[in-house]
Amino acid sequence: MVKVYTSSVIDAPADRVWAAIRDFNALPNWHPVIKDSRIEGGLHADRVGCIRNFNLKDGGNLREQLLTLSDYDYSYSYSILESPLGVSNYTATLKLTPITDGNRSFAEWSAEFDCEPAKARELAELIGNGVFQGGFDALKRQFGGR
Amino acid sequence: MVQVRRSTVIDAPIDAVWGLLRDFNGHDRWHPAVAESRIEDGRRADEIGCVRRFRLAAGGELREQLLRLSDREHSFTYCILESPIPLIDYVATLSLKPVTDGTRTFWEWRSNFRTPPGEEVALAALVGEQIYEAGFDAIKASFGQAPGTRARSPAAAAPRAALPGYRAIDCNGIVVERFGGPDVMHWARLLAPPPGVGEVRLKHSAIGLNYIDVYTRNGYYPLIEPPGVPGMEAAGLVLDIGPGVHGILPGDRVAYACLPPGAYAEYRTMKAELLVVLPEDIGDELAAAAMLKGMSAEFLLHRVHRVREGDAILVHAAAGGVGLLLCQWGRALGATVIGTVGSTEKARLARAHGCAYPILYGEEDFVERVMEITKGQGCAVVYDSVGRDTFLRSYEALAVRGHLVSFGQASGPIEPVDIASFVLKSALVSRPNFGHYTSTPSEVRSITDRLFDAIRRGILQVEIGHRYPLREAAEAHRALEARRTTGSTILLP
Repeated sequence: MVKVYTSSVIDAPADRVWAAIRDFNALPNWHPVIKDSRIEGGLHADRVGCIRNFNLKDGGNLREQLLTLSDYDYSYSYSILESPLGVSNYTATLKLTPITDGNRSFAEWSAEFDCEPAKARELAELIGNGVFQGGFDALKRQFGGR
Repeated sequence: MVQVRRSTVIDAPIDAVWGLLRDFNGHDRWHPAVAESRIEDGRRADEIGCVRRFRLAAGGELREQLLRLSDREHSFTYCILESPIPLIDYVATLSLKPVTDGTRTFWEWRSNFRTPPGEEVALAALVGEQIYEAGFDAIKASFGQAPGTRARSPAAAAPRAALPGYRAIDCNGIVVERFGGPDVMHWARLLAPPPGVGEVRLKHSAIGLNYIDVYTRNGYYPLIEPPGVPGMEAAGLVLDIGPGVHGILPGDRVAYACLPPGAYAEYRTMKAELLVVLPEDIGDELAAAAMLKGMSAEFLLHRVHRVREGDAILVHAAAGGVGLLLCQWGRALGATVIGTVGSTEKARLARAHGCAYPILYGEEDFVERVMEITKGQGCAVVYDSVGRDTFLRSYEALAVRGHLVSFGQASGPIEPVDIASFVLKSALVSRPNFGHYTSTPSEVRSITDRLFDAIRRGILQVEIGHRYPLREAAEAHRALEARRTTGSTILLP
């Protein structure tokens, strides 16, 4: 099992950042590598079990299922159903925690998955640095942060 | 339940920060509020269950126990075992997480606890700011970083925020400047210091007025050395407790009737030993009105003399605080209650409380009336708190082998008596002292159990005849001494 953990500090209160990322269907609004997204079956995006079907700007298609969503913890987790990445048993969690000093947000994005051992390092780099850190960098541009 | 959460980001790698925080006994090296700390029983600081005992720089000692320690999660959890600050059921977790985006550390410190009612905001601010944020800033400074930026909570600005447990509470109360009349009592500034070993600090809600307060004030009993605070009885809320206090927690409603005096104050720090935790159905005013007088009635009727069904008993000052209780409880025990009173209004009141034969002592000779009522037998017991004016005549009202119980002298000191003359009745004479019947927690418990039960069963209706603001205590004393009061009088802080 490969584990990936990325964390950052976003210079905005957690409720504001959460409002931007809570929508499971809103990745294209804030994440730079996502082209479009829809929720399958006409379900609401905050319905646990719903599936987001989205396309990357470079052409890949992914289907991810919402596993948990907590407005109390500012967090959601999801699994990958289909992707071109070559991962299995992939679950990930995105979570915000208020930083009371300075009224900022501590953002964590973590994942666990199985893959071919030879590809583990490359995938961890792609997911942790590309997808997760790429998302945080976009949020920091949107809200400020360092 | 109060929840406090504070968090910050330290510009240092997580291993460096964890290296400072991980030692459960190391907080005296980095936290400014902690003066010195040691682990009890020679255990190691990373043994789960170990207890750190430490002194605060501001004074006061705490004991905290390690409940959980995780190097993997960079986190530990602990609880407070003993504290001068009323943080009840306090459990806290300190945890670190790496900020991978830059080599930094996210630090969260959070806790849940209860407080005495009304102290929630101040204590949450105390914990969040003086413990957690002060700790953040100290660790930041050790890495050469500036303190965190944060908005001050309004609660922290209020002077009470830092108070409980740490410092004396400023309050007001009644001080007897010198022995004398009601005029020697003045409204003055007082301090309620933090509770020491075996002590609690109370916020009084109601204070009982008793005749012994007059004796305290005029020096008839040497209970205080002026300037001093009178008052033997009160009810209130426990704010905080000192080391070694068991069975009483901050937030408990309690009452007491005991020496030394000191009840005429808004706040009071005192020995916890003789406090009684009040049952839910006994209100504060009721307790302040009933503790001393009700406990007196209990031991006068059950311990000094065991009143039996069919006894004729004489109660002087039958419409007074103790008098009304003796009448009700005496009748419930099956006695025929005869009482002396000073007015028709008081006679009505005494009759309504079980006194079958109220005697207006100003109009009738009470000895003659007693002999009429008892068909020449006299009373099995006479309860006499009037003293000089009644003592010898009370003896005359006794039956053969009767018991004269003298428990006060509202009219003045009793003249010396030649007890040889008591041979004519084989009389028994008692001069009970409240303190001798109520000097241990088990005696107090046994007496108040019976008292609260009698109140609950409706045997005793406690009459609160008068309420005075505490600062008008002198006026209350004047009324009591002029025999203008009926039932119990309470003073409200």
